[in-house]
Amino acid sequence: MDSTVASTGTEEKTWGGGNKPLKASYGKMMMWFFIVSDALTFSGFLAAYGFSRFKFINEWPIADEVFTHVPFLHGQELPMIYVAFMTFILIMSSVTMVLAVDAGHHMNKAKVTIYMFLTIIGGAIFVGSQAWEWATFIQGDYGAVQTKGGNILQFGEYVTVDGEEKFKRVSIEDLAIAQASDRVDHERKNGLWFVDEGTLPLYTVNEIYAGLEANENVLVRNQFLDENGHKTVLSRAESLKQIKENGKLVVKGANLQVNEYGTTLFADFFFFITGFHGFHVLSGVIINIIIFFNVILGTYERRGSYEMVEKVGLYWHFVDLVWVFVFTFFYLV
Amino acid sequence: MAHEHKLEIFRGRWKFKSNTEKIWGVLAFLTFITVVEVVLGIYKPDVFMHTWMDPLEGGFFATIGNIILSPIVYMKPLNLIFIVLTIIKAYYIAWDFMHLRDETGSMRKMIVWTAVFLICYLMFILLQEGGYVFNVYNGEDALIKHNF
Repeated sequence: MDSTVASTGTEEKTWGGGNKPLKASYGKMMMWFFIVSDALTFSGFLAAYGFSRFKFINEWPIADEVFTHVPFLHGQELPMIYVAFMTFILIMSSVTMVLAVDAGHHMNKAKVTIYMFLTIIGGAIFVGSQAWEWATFIQGDYGAVQTKGGNILQFGEYVTVDGEEKFKRVSIEDLAIAQASDRVDHERKNGLWFVDEGTLPLYTVNEIYAGLEANENVLVRNQFLDENGHKTVLSRAESLKQIKENGKLVVKGANLQVNEYGTTLFADFFFFITGFHGFHVLSGVIINIIIFFNVILGTYERRGSYEMVEKVGLYWHFVDLVWVFVFTFFYLV
Repeated sequence: MAHEHKLEIFRGRWKFKSNTEKIWGVLAFLTFITVVEVVLGIYKPDVFMHTWMDPLEGGFFATIGNIILSPIVYMKPLNLIFIVLTIIKAYYIAWDFMHLRDETGSMRKMIVWTAVFLICYLMFILLQEGGYVFNVYNGEDALIKHNF
């Protein structure tokens, strides 16, 4: 048990052991090695995200239009608010972690316990918030039609709010008009041996087209950005033509195959990078819980040093550090 | 273990009496930066939405100049502000929360220089390549037709 802090070997000789290179203990140095390599992994992911974004720079989804939801505030478009809250929670739990490390330096067991507990709570809130964010993103809000080439066509109409003309999105639920169709969900009992298919989309493209025809003021916008950074809104004739000729699949929400907000790669990277980060937070919470119980049991009190709290703290701050970058590159930039 | 803490940030312009106080001070600063980011992200002031400088035209040296100045030439000022603020936040998280400020200078350099060098290198290569691929698809002499 003592191997983490006690020095072994003959102290007088340079190569006899017991030296601390760079005045850092073995465990702390190894934690730093891990953090540097993990930072490179994350930057590899973020650089790949940057590559794809630069490749599709004129059609990348606008984050402010994607992440607009806040729990308990239905139907309001509040971009940034929820994710700012998440960021603050994570920074706050980082603070309680430093306070735990600081209390550890003063060998104050009671304070370490409280601050470790608060850190765990903060981490749990963050993971929960991220789960909610994922669920909202997967569920989607307005729905769209995907074209043969994989592009996204969304619906909306021009409305005047406070004397300003705005493009207001229209949901596919409000648009679709039921059509007779003989396309039914294929079940394994029908014909082909033990083969079935996933759930059919809510609506067929024909239903959406009928709805578009019936609603004179509804227009289609595609995912390409104009010079002002807004998505291009098509004319009425062009709207009908696009849906008729290119519409292939009605999509709602986002997953690894389709994304109603635009390029599918956006959803792929979002799930992959925030998922990988969320996994780090989760494992951080679990490690924190283990250390928390060790603190309660008095392990570090007996060892005479709370350095383990410090090492776990380093990992926890690293998770916060990564989030700062994920926050910038997914939500702000 | 030695627990000496350097109790000042902003190059000594803001001094603290104890380590705990410094932590709260840094939290206040980080929160302030996050609030600035969020406010800018919601209101997106028009001044910051268009680049302040056009790409240089000309031969080889103009290209080199564009690469060196790419954060100003190709990036919206708002995005540049966000990235700078992010790096400032990262600095204070690493220096004060991960107490790199209290480590030996060479330990700090070993960690930071390695990571910063490799990340800058990777970012430069991939973003440059991403821009190139964009031109292959969308440039004036693009050979590939976008399938709608």
